[in-house]
Amino acid sequence: MRTAFIEELLAVAEDDSRIWLVTGDLGYSVLEPFAERFPARYLNAGVAEQSMMGLAAGLARSGAIVFVYSIANFPTFRCLEQIRNDVCYANASVVVVSVGSGFSYGSHGYTHHAIEDLAAMRSLPGITVVSPGDPFEARQATRALAERGGPAYLRLGKAGETVVDAPADDGFEVGRWRLVRDGSDVSLLAAGSVLTVVDEAAKRLEDEGIGARVYSAHTLKPFDSAALVRASMETRGVVVVEEHRMVGGLRSAVAEAALDSSLQGVCRFRSLGLDADRMFGTGDQSHLRAESGLTSDAIIAIVRDLLDTV
Amino acid sequence: MSLKSESLARRVRCDVLEMVHAARASHVGSSLSVVDILSVLYADVLRIHPEEPLWAARDRLILSKGHAAAAGYAVLARSGFFDPELLGTYCENDSPLAGHLTASALAPGVEISTGSLGHGLPIGVGMALHAARSGATQRVFVVMSDGECDEGSTWESALLASHHHLENLCAIVDFNRIQSFGRVEDVLSLEPLAEKWRAFGWDVVESDGHDHEMLRLVLGAPHPGTPRAVVARTVKGKGVSFMEDDLMWHYRSPSADQLAAALAEVRGER
Repeated sequence: MRTAFIEELLAVAEDDSRIWLVTGDLGYSVLEPFAERFPARYLNAGVAEQSMMGLAAGLARSGAIVFVYSIANFPTFRCLEQIRNDVCYANASVVVVSVGSGFSYGSHGYTHHAIEDLAAMRSLPGITVVSPGDPFEARQATRALAERGGPAYLRLGKAGETVVDAPADDGFEVGRWRLVRDGSDVSLLAAGSVLTVVDEAAKRLEDEGIGARVYSAHTLKPFDSAALVRASMETRGVVVVEEHRMVGGLRSAVAEAALDSSLQGVCRFRSLGLDADRMFGTGDQSHLRAESGLTSDAIIAIVRDLLDTV
Repeated sequence: MSLKSESLARRVRCDVLEMVHAARASHVGSSLSVVDILSVLYADVLRIHPEEPLWAARDRLILSKGHAAAAGYAVLARSGFFDPELLGTYCENDSPLAGHLTASALAPGVEISTGSLGHGLPIGVGMALHAARSGATQRVFVVMSDGECDEGSTWESALLASHHHLENLCAIVDFNRIQSFGRVEDVLSLEPLAEKWRAFGWDVVESDGHDHEMLRLVLGAPHPGTPRAVVARTVKGKGVSFMEDDLMWHYRSPSADQLAAALAEVRGER
């Protein structure tokens, strides 16, 4: 996804001279093409995230549209107050980009597990929060957020993700869930690269005669409550899946919508995410997903249980 | 020799005292120590058009020590950015003039909302960098507190600004030597402060922070090749004898009697 991101950013920057890219000393073998092509609009701020985010706000105040790039929790937690005050409160056109969502950097250890970032970012007012499901969505999101302006958080995987085959594909639009696969028995929502796991589960369910609809809930904020209502009305249950703690991410966004009395018909839902309090160990992404129960087997078990009880 | 800055400073000191009294607000000591710096900047140094607050080529002033909002707002109002009548609403419910300097369409001239220390310098660095890279001529001034020099973000920015030779950037430290829970030398000693900025690659000048002529000189002169740090030696509560150099006046607002006595001193009626 990071390659898709930088390729798209280059294309966008070619046509829009307001686009800047700032990094916190990371991006080796990824960001060089941008730095070489647009040196006047590129900055390595060093290992100094508060300064990095503050200067991004200053650049934006001067008319730039700034993509601020780092990995895991560094562009979010390390400079959260800067994002809150200098970006969000000032409505600055700064897109905070984090590479390495979830367990992408699993073997690097806990400091590099990005599993609470959606909670932190969603809590901020006026920010658009996008977690693309695959490299196709990563490109679309990059372009869309540059055009949209204002504060945004773009949560990317890392490398090696494949584009998900999307028979139902109804296009990409920030703020609107993307229908990847249609079905009428159960709706599966995925945020982020775990979309592949969800889609795998959907295909297996199909073989068992269960029609699983798959949505990439790539935008967590603003929340697509209309799509949630449709999923609730048109299928018999909703299963939410994310590579993020159970607190504060997509599960919470769906739960918040369910509490909204203005939304009629939000039905039974289940969720699969990371335990709220567990500290995870070391391993590659598929190992840690297996360890934490984020598997297509687990999704299928939840679906069977859900459909048995409705 | 400009008397404009002197009369502006006198007027602003009165405004500050009246504002904090009316609002029962804190930070009068912090506001009084920065009045002369701000007055010289607005009267003599900054290239600005008060009637066109968003003039693209304007110099930028960031009051990073946002708790000196009373001084910040008063200087803007007295420089023609908005009606001084508004100053009477400082800290009132629904007023655009919040306790810490806040950008608002109703109070033009505030470049960025501040109030959390350590945010202003990085933002100023971004503005200076943008200007430098686009060949623009505006200067960026960031007025900071001494306490702000405790924040890591200050030094992150100091490294970056000198590395990139941001000669259009000037940081002024209002070094009144009292932070919010004690004297600087007792909490986190900063001396030798000038040496620290110099070690980070800045052109450093020390100045009496209440001497307008000296301030005009150090703030007005260009400093090619490096950003400039002005270590302005000031007195917390400057201008009111019973408020000077006292931590209590970081917090306390003057009573009616104290206000009257303070105003008399400032006006030279003592």
